[in-house]
Amino acid sequence: MSAFWIIVTGALVASACGLVGCFLVLRKMAMIGDAISHAVLPGIVIAFLISGSRDSLIMLFGAAIIGLITVFLIQLFTQSGVQSDASIGVVFTALFAVGILLVSLFTRDIDLDLDCVLYGEIAYVPWNTIDFMGIGIGPKAIWGVGLSLLLSVIVISLFYKQFKICSFDPAMAAAVGIPVALFHYLLMGLVSITTVASFESVGAILVVGMLVVPPATAYLLTEKLSRMIFYTIIIGCVSSIIGYYFASILDASIAGCMICVAGAIFILALLFSPSHGVIMRKLKQKQLIHEAV
Amino acid sequence: MLDELKIFLDPNTQWILFGSMLLGLCSGVIGSFAYLRKQSLMGDALSHAALPGVCIAFMLTGSKSVFFFLIGASIAGIIATFGIGFITRHTRIKQDSALAIVLTVFFGLGIVLLTEIQHSGTGNQSGLDKFLFGQAAALVLSDVLIMAVASIVLISVCILFFKEFKITSFDPGFASGMGFPVAFLEQMIMLLIVMAVVIGIQAVGVVLMSSLLVTPAVSARYWTEKLSVMVFLSGIFGALSGMAGTYISASGNNLPTGPIIVLAATVFFILSIIFAPRRGLLSKLLIHLLAKRSVKTSKVKIKGKERTV
Repeated sequence: MSAFWIIVTGALVASACGLVGCFLVLRKMAMIGDAISHAVLPGIVIAFLISGSRDSLIMLFGAAIIGLITVFLIQLFTQSGVQSDASIGVVFTALFAVGILLVSLFTRDIDLDLDCVLYGEIAYVPWNTIDFMGIGIGPKAIWGVGLSLLLSVIVISLFYKQFKICSFDPAMAAAVGIPVALFHYLLMGLVSITTVASFESVGAILVVGMLVVPPATAYLLTEKLSRMIFYTIIIGCVSSIIGYYFASILDASIAGCMICVAGAIFILALLFSPSHGVIMRKLKQKQLIHEAV
Repeated sequence: MLDELKIFLDPNTQWILFGSMLLGLCSGVIGSFAYLRKQSLMGDALSHAALPGVCIAFMLTGSKSVFFFLIGASIAGIIATFGIGFITRHTRIKQDSALAIVLTVFFGLGIVLLTEIQHSGTGNQSGLDKFLFGQAAALVLSDVLIMAVASIVLISVCILFFKEFKITSFDPGFASGMGFPVAFLEQMIMLLIVMAVVIGIQAVGVVLMSSLLVTPAVSARYWTEKLSVMVFLSGIFGALSGMAGTYISASGNNLPTGPIIVLAATVFFILSIIFAPRRGLLSKLLIHLLAKRSVKTSKVKIKGKERTV
């Protein structure tokens, strides 16, 4: 049963992250997930210091607030003339440093381990269950990630057209009267919520990986956004299933194996994608030359 | 005042101070080029990518020697830069996604290797942890010597190839038209970044290392429009942050050095964003106000009548 829950959690994380990740890859903001998952550390620590408990709902709340502040600060610096990647770098490292400082200042005698808060372990998912009205309703992670996935699905399917235009051609979106800034913050809010809801239970590295690697793989396979999202989710789910079994064979980190499988699928697509693969293009070139000669 | 300066007389602190200043200096210098080439997050990707290299070095040698770790990290970093370059050159995937892909896949591989090491029973991986999360306070003479050699190499390469790096960073098309080996120069800049990252990881850790490559460079960009001045200023900002960080963390409280160095760099950044001439917030505000006043006081002739706008 625990294997089932772990795979389901992995697939849910892959779908939730992949859905918003597609838009991040298209908008050239792939590193933002990495930034958010590091920058929320001070939020978690402050929430812990104020509430005094390790109740994850409060920590999640603190993390979500700092996540939004991070996104806002990045946007602020970008608008004042700093390159977007540099402003991501400045903001998240500064916030992470504040977080580490807070941990080392205030939590020396308290049980707040950096590893266990920031880098959740997907292997523990099945044992961290919640009850609803006295009945066990499955692991907490499933509910957290599932709800954030549901939210993203609702928001993105409501405003699919707007998100699409904003990602491909912001200038045209502004010209036809779509509030580009609003949709930017909406997307960033979704990324922030998804990241925070996921990493607490499965670890930052799996979240960042699933935000980028499957969407980039799908980007090499298709020219249509709807198909790209569909492929992304399939690739994400396949990597979490295969990754889990690799991990149990090798007796290694599950999250690490899932990412490695996603990476392997990416390399396959990079080389053999029918439209954009490196080797396939070379073959086509050769064929063309052959025909011409 | 004298009392407070006495901390610097402690030979141990002197080494840490020297090491973190060197680190700030060279990451500031090479960070400027990374910033101009829109590769500010390269440091982040490469410092994460070092993990599998360090793990493999440990698995092969079985020793926790810093020297082997540095070699492993450098090789992994070089492979990562080739990977990033390959993806961006040969597909339509943009640089930011390429960075994120390499970062996560390498780090994921590193975690898998790390758990293998843990389970194989050849010893605990505490040494690896320390290497990756950084401990400036644990720097010893030999580490600082390695850092010194690496920074001298890095800075002299930057001075020697300044013109080439400048032209490649601003206009790669023009550079290749002039007959410069652009791909080689780009790879060389990446190699220098790998070098800075590798010597920095053990002092300030994976995440905070990327800050030293970005923050001083962005701060310096605010003060000048000339690359040579920017590189110089960025190096100074980095070195000063290193000094301030060491000073504050050594003067008591047992604060960790790495985060303080980063926060010192961030303070420089905030000061720059507010007070820099022309680009800073204050001077922008001032220019705006002056322009408003000059418009208000100027009289405009409209249809023959004189009016105050």
